[in-house]
Amino acid sequence: MQRRFVSIWFRQLLADWQLIRRPELSGVPFVFAAPDHGRMMITAVSELAQGFGVEVGMRAADAKAICPGLEVLDDKPERPKKLLKGLGEWCVRYSPIVAIDEFAMDGLILEATGCSHLWGGERGYLKEIVSRLKSKGYTVRVAIADNPGAAWAVSHFGKITPLIPVGEHVDALLNLVPDALRLDDTTLAKLRKLGFYQIKSFIGMPRSVLRRRFGEDFLLRLAQAIGTEIEVLSPLQVPVQFSERLACLEPIKTRNGIEIAIHKLLENLCKRMQAEGKGLRFGVLTCYRIDGKVVQVDIGTSGASHNISHLLKLFQLKIDQIRPALGIELFVLEAPKVDDVEVPQEEMWTSKPGLDDQSVIKLLDRVAGKVGLQVIHRYLPAKRYWPERAILKAASVTEKPNAPWRLDKPRPTELLKTPVAIEVMAIIPDHPPKFFIYKGVRHTVTKADGPERIEREWWLDQGEHRDYYQVEDEQGGRYWLFRSGHYGGENKYKWFIHGFFA
Amino acid sequence: MDAKRELFQKLQQDILLWQGFKPMTSGKAERIGLGEIEDAFPGGVFPKKAIHEFITVLPEHSAASDGFIAGLLAVLMENGAACVWASTSRRLYPASLGLFNVEAERIIFMDVRTEKDVLWITEEALKCEGLAAVVAEVNNLSLIESRRLQLAVESSGVTGFILRKDENKTASTVATARWRISPLPSQAEDGMPGLGFPRWQVELLKVRNGNPGNFVLEWAGERFEEVKKLKKENVWSEMEGRQIG
Repeated sequence: MQRRFVSIWFRQLLADWQLIRRPELSGVPFVFAAPDHGRMMITAVSELAQGFGVEVGMRAADAKAICPGLEVLDDKPERPKKLLKGLGEWCVRYSPIVAIDEFAMDGLILEATGCSHLWGGERGYLKEIVSRLKSKGYTVRVAIADNPGAAWAVSHFGKITPLIPVGEHVDALLNLVPDALRLDDTTLAKLRKLGFYQIKSFIGMPRSVLRRRFGEDFLLRLAQAIGTEIEVLSPLQVPVQFSERLACLEPIKTRNGIEIAIHKLLENLCKRMQAEGKGLRFGVLTCYRIDGKVVQVDIGTSGASHNISHLLKLFQLKIDQIRPALGIELFVLEAPKVDDVEVPQEEMWTSKPGLDDQSVIKLLDRVAGKVGLQVIHRYLPAKRYWPERAILKAASVTEKPNAPWRLDKPRPTELLKTPVAIEVMAIIPDHPPKFFIYKGVRHTVTKADGPERIEREWWLDQGEHRDYYQVEDEQGGRYWLFRSGHYGGENKYKWFIHGFFA
Repeated sequence: MDAKRELFQKLQQDILLWQGFKPMTSGKAERIGLGEIEDAFPGGVFPKKAIHEFITVLPEHSAASDGFIAGLLAVLMENGAACVWASTSRRLYPASLGLFNVEAERIIFMDVRTEKDVLWITEEALKCEGLAAVVAEVNNLSLIESRRLQLAVESSGVTGFILRKDENKTASTVATARWRISPLPSQAEDGMPGLGFPRWQVELLKVRNGNPGNFVLEWAGERFEEVKKLKKENVWSEMEGRQIG
């Protein structure tokens, strides 16, 4: 299907908006002005003021001189964007893809592919847009063409018809001024200086010649208007493929009611996802309350799932966070992130338990939903000696270790997060201590193994190596001690306790 | 009279079954490798569908309990199942579990902030049939909490290990067994210097319907081994010509 785009140009966006807000200004010429280099520059002009010859880019003081009784209003830099965003969200009724015209900041661009037949063809579609906006108080010019660039050109500068039939947009452009190509001021001045007053006078020129004189940007704009370059719109609202709505006759206030609503939404959503072999990874439930507030809760799963009872359980953990207040009138369930679901082959005998067991994955989802994903850890062996770095956090539930756990060196069952300094008495250099004092308790060493020297990973951090000893005291407690640095070295060595053996 | 006794016996058997004790099947009994300790349990079978409580106050005790539990996990996780380890202040070092034949990558650690979350996770995990065991480190466990856990265990058959850090030995919980594992001086083979296999004093303080007892146990490389009688210890520091390493 040929793609079609509509460009809506709000000719006096700010002035129209001001008139809607303050109808009493209808008989008064007014302008918007913003400070610029210490003077007030006019940024928008009302129709009445235009009649006096006031233009955008004039100084407010000059304008006041030619137009007595001129009202000067303060402009805010972000205001047009805000207004366009609101209007764009309203225009979603005409097309799911609505973008702000980023070049001039005074219009919207709609992708109308496959939308216009709902209003009885393109003529009716454009008429509806113009008349609805006009009834609101906005004067607009619209155009429909095969690409956003051509639609923009025709809406701003077209004089014959706003309806450009499929494939005829290049002809429509030929007689327009170069300004219709959305170019910057210096390029336009250059074009005018060279006598190019219409697009047709340079459209046939070789690209290399045009590039040399006007730059790459000029060629891009030209290609966008002709349609050889595809222009990507950034829609205001990204449509979610999997979403379900449930409007309620009576506002819902109870936990039970919310649960039933979620169940109904999930039923429909899961049916659709199942048909396409997809599963939910991230889901958002939006509740619209009758007092106008919106409440949102979200869930995540560690594996794609379209299992209704599992997803419902995840939402049940979040229901406490939904405050219905006076009641909820509309539920919208969206699945912004879906994945292909792996259909497990049915086991003939008993299924083999393991980490990818369905019940385990569901348990992890529930924990992640209630407490958070960050609390779940799994460790894999790392090929390193430094005890703190010898274990590696696994990235996913099913990640397999790529090396076996080392068994040749003794490692304590309990490892302190940071080694604790201890006082020791060692008679012979490079031997384990005779006794050590940890937390005020004196432990007399009766047996010892070691040392095991572990060097620091010098490419990561600086410091002394460690000589580890495995010692046992009279009571049978087994400890992992180390001496940091050489005995009698230049730097002062120190003893630490780092763990407890079983 | 006989009929009555038979009825009593039948009821007793039923109750044991509900509490997680499997009756001894004729011929082959399911052993977990604890040797004589298993005879302390009713029917001579280590109860898998049950809550086991470990009292650990000192870090030495908790390290010993970790080792003992790891030895049990090696058997429980033999079929490839996973295990959940919930705690607020975990010190267990996964790299050490290989010495107890446990594949540490199959243990899912959940390190949460509050005790309440630990208990919630423990209960949820105990309901999850795909797991082999759940280990929880808590400060204390009330009767009601332990009953909830026991109910969860009874329906799923997952073994629960609770490491309790308070000293209150008389606290009433519905746990099937209460253990205290304390380290004992190890004994190297034939007077060799250095440390021997980890050796523990295993105190079975309470067993429901069983006989509490006191045992000395060693982890002999790949299985538990009971130490029958203590030989005279060689004290390292008194040995002639001692060598280290």
